[in-house]
Amino acid sequence: MMKNRQHIKWGFLFFFLPVVLWLFLLIVLPHLELLRLSFTKANTGKLTLDNYLAFFREPIYWLTFVRTAGYSILVTFLVMVISLPVSFYISKMVRGRMTGALMILILVPFWVSELIRVYGWMILLRESGILNHFLVTLGFFKEPVEMLYNDITMIMGLVYTSMLFMVVPVIGVMDDLDNSIIEAAYDLGASKIAIWRTIIIPHCASGLVNGGIIVFMLVLGSYLTPNLMGGKNSLWFTEQIYNQIILYFNWNQGAAFGFLLLALSSLIIWVLLKLTKQNLKEVVKK
Amino acid sequence: MESALSVQNVTKRFGDFTAVDQVSFEVEDGKFFSILGPSGCGKTTLLRMIAGFYKPDGGTLLFNGKNMDGVAPNKRPVNLVFQNLALFPMMNVHENIAFGLRRRGERGPEVDRKVRSLLERVGLPESGKKQISQLSGGQKQRIAIARCLIMEPTVLLLDEPLGALDAKLREHMKVELKTLQSQVGTTFVYITHDQSEAMVMSDTVAVMNNGHFEQIGTPQELYHEPKSSFVAQFVGNNNKLRVRLHRDAEGDTIARYSDRYDFKLAQKFEQSGLEDEYDLFIRPEAVIINPGEGRENFQTVPVDVTSILFDGGNSRLMVKPLGTEGELVVALPQTREYDSIRSGDRIQVGWDLNKTVCFKRSDWKLYDEE
Ligand SMILES: Nc1ncnc2c1ncn2[C@@H]1O[C@H](COP(=O)(O)OP(=O)(O)OP(=O)(O)O)[C@@H](O)[C@H]1O
Ligand SMILES: [Mg+2]
Repeated sequence: MMKNRQHIKWGFLFFFLPVVLWLFLLIVLPHLELLRLSFTKANTGKLTLDNYLAFFREPIYWLTFVRTAGYSILVTFLVMVISLPVSFYISKMVRGRMTGALMILILVPFWVSELIRVYGWMILLRESGILNHFLVTLGFFKEPVEMLYNDITMIMGLVYTSMLFMVVPVIGVMDDLDNSIIEAAYDLGASKIAIWRTIIIPHCASGLVNGGIIVFMLVLGSYLTPNLMGGKNSLWFTEQIYNQIILYFNWNQGAAFGFLLLALSSLIIWVLLKLTKQNLKEVVKK
Repeated sequence: MESALSVQNVTKRFGDFTAVDQVSFEVEDGKFFSILGPSGCGKTTLLRMIAGFYKPDGGTLLFNGKNMDGVAPNKRPVNLVFQNLALFPMMNVHENIAFGLRRRGERGPEVDRKVRSLLERVGLPESGKKQISQLSGGQKQRIAIARCLIMEPTVLLLDEPLGALDAKLREHMKVELKTLQSQVGTTFVYITHDQSEAMVMSDTVAVMNNGHFEQIGTPQELYHEPKSSFVAQFVGNNNKLRVRLHRDAEGDTIARYSDRYDFKLAQKFEQSGLEDEYDLFIRPEAVIINPGEGRENFQTVPVDVTSILFDGGNSRLMVKPLGTEGELVVALPQTREYDSIRSGDRIQVGWDLNKTVCFKRSDWKLYDEE
């Protein structure tokens, strides 16, 4: 008995130690260093709050910050709204083989890198792109229009990029919803909208919150899509961090921005969980 | 009087397969109507057409004389208690029951009052705040029925609602359901594959097989005067003897059993059917032990007792007619009169000719044979 218990401990340690080491060396240690940097002055190394104050003094910084947060929430919301009917269709309307085929259709774009996907959009949408070519040939437009480099295109790209991370968890919970429960609601006089509102969405809440957290974090921290599709006019906060660190070599300022972004994403996720009365432990478990 | 529900020649096909075939029946207002049939005979399909979830491939449905063609389930004055109950797990008991009223736009204290009075009616006055997962099987049952009754439907449809319960509770709920129905006075259309459920609760029973109705009648009619071989086998216990018919000198129809016994029949048969394969049905309680001499229209057979199955008021004798391999089940009344009978004894049994029925052989696969 005693011996057995010892055994389990060693086995546990054997698997646990690499995880702890990995977490410590790659996540905790750099963050501690960045945290130190964010509170020190460039070059001199003296303790200061200047890096954080700069954020509030310079409108371009906090405006970008608010913009990024607002658009991330918007994108998350759009992804939720679109993924609900998509998941419903895949999970409830089609049968057997079709379900698998549709899932693969959703998965396939994610087998290529984000860069390729974004370039795909660019080929499609740019002034000399395929869409413009068709629209001009068909006579809808007199001359090609630049469809890239604006907020709408950027949001569309972000929605597309993060769709999968919402559809998969939502299909997961929707599969558990017994068809007869939907029918019972219909039988008791519920309209289609009422069924969505009172049965399907509450049932899928955990999947939506789950996917919502992932999508929100992905969008908030994404760099390629806003940069390439949004162009110069659509600043994303990650670009500010990039600029500080890579262009200006101001690691201290970049670190402060990084922590502000971290604080923001934590805050918004906390609010989201509070609003939906979900508990992080339960959401992660599912 | 107009029927609460009138079903006329309703048909449903899935591809080449006809699940419900030209079914017609009428249910009077306030009655308990059961549809009894083996698994897979099309009961649920029929009910789903009445509720509006399937569109019939032919025929007409009328509720209180109103044609329901093209009316969606949420607009029909019927409600369905599902085979698996389908309570809403995301809501508590009170919200489950109030669901239908809310969808009608009812609000305020009136809703609470109705829910509370219905909870009392089904005997669960304190459970409004409970979650569905906190209920027992029998309680879920009652909540599912309450959730439909609050809508005051023209017809309440129930799809084997007792199927998931254990035997004891099922016995209990049978009686309770019947009482509830007579109290609220709602028309019930009840589906089951359990003949005892149908017999105990119903005013009228329809026996369904392979998508069509074999017979509609009161439980007594079905039991005593089955109109088909299937009904004779499916409703109640019955002895089935394989016989061949012929006609004796006086022109009476005689059933020959095991090439040895000639049983007289009260039924008259068409000439053409003679000599074919038939089944003779005799209820266990119609068989009398040691009947004695001198009865009119009576048939006696000498038998060997093979075993005695004691089960209180439901005790039976298994007997074998002399010189045959067949077996008969005979009810053994516990009046102490037959206490002396032992396994291996040779006795006489007999039956009144009017209590037997004979049908052309048709073998049914009974899924319900336990
Ligand atoms: N959607 C469907 N598509 C094809 N066939 C179906 C469909 N629904 C039912 N069936 C077939 O129709 C027949 C009747 O089914 P139904 O569900 O009505 O049986 P049931 O009498 O309710 O049986 P049970 O007592 O087991 O519930 C079955 O043979 C079934 O396979
Ligand atoms: Mg069924």
